[in-house]
Amino acid sequence: MDNSVTAATLDRRQLLERTLSAVGLSLALPGLDCLRADLRGPRRPTSLITLSLAGGPSQLETWDPHPGSRIGGPTKAIKTRQPDLKIAADYPRTAEVIHELSVIRSLVSLEGDHARGSYLVKTGYRPDQTLQHPSLGAILARERWDTSIEIPQHVTLGGGPAPSRGGFLGAQYDAFKIFDPGRRLSNLEPRVAPPRQSRRLEGLEFVTGIFRRGRKVATDRTQHQLTVTRALAMMNSTQLKAFRIDLDNESASTIAAYGDSPFGRGCLVARRLVQAGIRAIEVTLPGWDTHTNNFGGHQQQARILDPALAALVKDLKQHDLLDSTIVLVLGEFGRTPTVNPLDGRDHWPTGFSCLVGGGGLPAGRILGGTDPTGRKQQPTQPVSIADLFATILRRMGVEHDKEVMTPVGRPMAYCEGKPVPGLL
Amino acid sequence: MASLRRIVPLLLVALGLLVLVRSIASRPIGDVTTPQHVPSRFQDNAGVNRVNQWIENRWRIEQVTPVKPAEEINILRRLSLALHGTVPSLEELRQFETDRQPDRLKRWTQRMLGDDRFPTYFAERLSRALVGTEVGPFLAFRRDRFRAWLDKQLASDRPWDQIVTELVSASGLPTGRPATNFITITMVDGDVDQEKLAGRSIRAFLGQRIDCAQCHDHPFDPRWKQPHFQGLAAFFGAARVTALGVDDAPGRIYEVTDPGAERPREIVPAVPFGSDWLPGDGNSRQRLAAWLTHRENDRFDRAIVNRIWGLLFGQPFFSPVDDLPDPGDPDTELLSVLARDFQDHGRDLKWLIHTIAASRPFGLGSQADDATIDELNRLEAQWAIFPLVRLRPEQVIGSMLQAASIKTVDRNSHLLIRTVRFFRENDFVQEYGDLGDEELAKQTGTIPQALLRMNGRLGRDLIESNAFSASAHIARVTEGDDATCLASSFLVCLGRRPLESESRFFRKWLTETRGDRRVEVVEDIFWALFNSPEFSWNH
Repeated sequence: MDNSVTAATLDRRQLLERTLSAVGLSLALPGLDCLRADLRGPRRPTSLITLSLAGGPSQLETWDPHPGSRIGGPTKAIKTRQPDLKIAADYPRTAEVIHELSVIRSLVSLEGDHARGSYLVKTGYRPDQTLQHPSLGAILARERWDTSIEIPQHVTLGGGPAPSRGGFLGAQYDAFKIFDPGRRLSNLEPRVAPPRQSRRLEGLEFVTGIFRRGRKVATDRTQHQLTVTRALAMMNSTQLKAFRIDLDNESASTIAAYGDSPFGRGCLVARRLVQAGIRAIEVTLPGWDTHTNNFGGHQQQARILDPALAALVKDLKQHDLLDSTIVLVLGEFGRTPTVNPLDGRDHWPTGFSCLVGGGGLPAGRILGGTDPTGRKQQPTQPVSIADLFATILRRMGVEHDKEVMTPVGRPMAYCEGKPVPGLL
Repeated sequence: MASLRRIVPLLLVALGLLVLVRSIASRPIGDVTTPQHVPSRFQDNAGVNRVNQWIENRWRIEQVTPVKPAEEINILRRLSLALHGTVPSLEELRQFETDRQPDRLKRWTQRMLGDDRFPTYFAERLSRALVGTEVGPFLAFRRDRFRAWLDKQLASDRPWDQIVTELVSASGLPTGRPATNFITITMVDGDVDQEKLAGRSIRAFLGQRIDCAQCHDHPFDPRWKQPHFQGLAAFFGAARVTALGVDDAPGRIYEVTDPGAERPREIVPAVPFGSDWLPGDGNSRQRLAAWLTHRENDRFDRAIVNRIWGLLFGQPFFSPVDDLPDPGDPDTELLSVLARDFQDHGRDLKWLIHTIAASRPFGLGSQADDATIDELNRLEAQWAIFPLVRLRPEQVIGSMLQAASIKTVDRNSHLLIRTVRFFRENDFVQEYGDLGDEELAKQTGTIPQALLRMNGRLGRDLIESNAFSASAHIARVTEGDDATCLASSFLVCLGRRPLESESRFFRKWLTETRGDRRVEVVEDIFWALFNSPEFSWNH
């Protein structure tokens, strides 16, 4: 589907508005451009793009290489635009932009299992059998809900094993899943041509009205009709173009810079979503669980991550969006300093790395450090995931320790961490 | 030549498929035996009467007037959704409508409990409380074996206490002795997670959340202290998983390291109450099982009563399902009333289902004319109205698949239909959003769900004309008879006949249509019904 406003789409939009008003649910469809999305600099509300590296990337093969040491393996380090920072040699393009971000080399957690670790890096909490905590993105979507936006306000691109969830805040804050970023938008196109679609909607309106008889309050409480209305608004929204990549809206060189991969396209869509005013976006790159062939595996991953990450930071900068967009590059844990007999590295939740920056966070900081001999398990200046999240929430103007009620009436803070002084 | 060699097998497969499909599509609607009587173990109405008395007494005290009873055909839909995970099939509905013998609903409840679909679906629902929905450790956890085992227990009427005893105390391989998956699902890095087992056992079997006491005394509930939790976890202290499966290593102990302490200390297995119920002999897990299922441990029976109530109504009698007040609490006395009867009936789950399904609250309507929010809340709080509850993803897809087929979709359905169901169900459930363990929590619908129902591939495949689809079949065989066309469409989708106003509305669409145009109209009617709140909510 092209992104121009054709007669057919306008008809559908008018049809939708008519249908909605007939149902008695007027939805003030906002203008095509909303002002807030046009703001730049500090006045612009901050967005968060999380590049979720699922499987546990090795700190030693990414942002914390120790070449020539007992634990370093064959990975080499290269200089970056930031004089005191070297990263793995597989990231030449990232080396050109990494000075815009900060590096934390001292993340610590107690979760060395994929499911538990992913839960922690999505929610900031350890798994709890009696409660599903909301993910960071869900908190942002809830706290910064923008009624002028018709498309999802919390988006996860590229699938992945543990998409961010709304948890006890409610399923309406679950990340909207885009499985094939920039290409196919599943379930957003009507299955039949406009005349039949309008007949179907008339029929739906009629039977909904019948069901509401004697159940007005109960039916409205289900929000069934409201979600259908919003879904229809989304299907007809011109804002959907933010999800599409084609040569009419992006240059060939931009598209190429992100790399020809679903993850690269996801990063480009993430930038387009930020432009559209979306606040919480996650792009997942799986494949980091290198229990065997760690070094080859990580080189392969770097060929996907390096161009996409570098292009994203550069692109945000060029669009003057980096000051209002936090970029977080994070996996569920790191990998062991020792190399196992299968030339792999295993799970290592103490002393792993992440990149974080943009959105007014300081650039060029290097926090913590790991022992190049691998003997000391604990890094210097340890930072917990909860502290990292508290920092991000604070930066985005959300009270990180705000207490909300869980469905069983148990008060629960958004985040139990404390902002990291070195990052404010 | 080479290309021909490639094409010929493909053509053969296509041809075979076509023949298969035609033969399925043209199978006549079969006749399933209608049950003639209610078995003696379910004939006794005393349990149902006690439930009704308790509820009616509450209605008097709270001064609420229950709403009118639901139509029996609607109660059949509720039963089918709860016990089989789908709406009733057209053949079942037609048989039900023509069944004029007494005790119709009771006999049909019996029939549904005797159908293969009951243990299969119920095993899936119950296993969420028992092993959660995580993927679990590779090889050590076999969800398929676990579900099949539970299916068999339910099909063979195994008493609930025996099922639980086996879950808690079984030893062996997760494949050969599937109950042991209850233990292996908790494994982290090769070790059994005693805390997780303790927390889950107490929640699933006693309906109490003591997990918070894992790290500190329960913040709101003075009943549970940290030593209580640790004492319970210690019953799993000897459990381990080796190449021979789950067993108990004599001498293995459960230890905890207190904050600030240098070395760990041993925790001795202990129970927080009812220590007389703990037998002296047997290994720790066997002793725990005996304590959990002890006849005087009211929490055990109250917990399963509350859960089965939840699986039937979509909402437990008391929420959250796993954090019940103590026995003796006046507001949940009904659970104790049912619990006693449940024990007296050999802790037979089917008896429990029968009794709840035959009680007055289950048969009430879901309409309360012009009730305000407060009035509705009061009615719902006293079970004086049937609550609107969102269907689970499996129920939605099960219902869509059933509605798209005239015949009953069950184990006897053709392999092709079952294969479609198997593959599509997983994708659909994932996209629809699985609620995981929190399946009995109150939920509203979401936008992705609405999009999936309206525009998803499954909906299209099921509604659009093909050899299986009920819509095309109905459209073609009813040419010239719009009333039957509408009645059949409403029955397969919503499990009821259209109202007069609905008939008037949709007959306009159908008038004088034939052939493909008529098929299109019926597809559009199906689409409207699939997307209505009536389809995806229990009512």
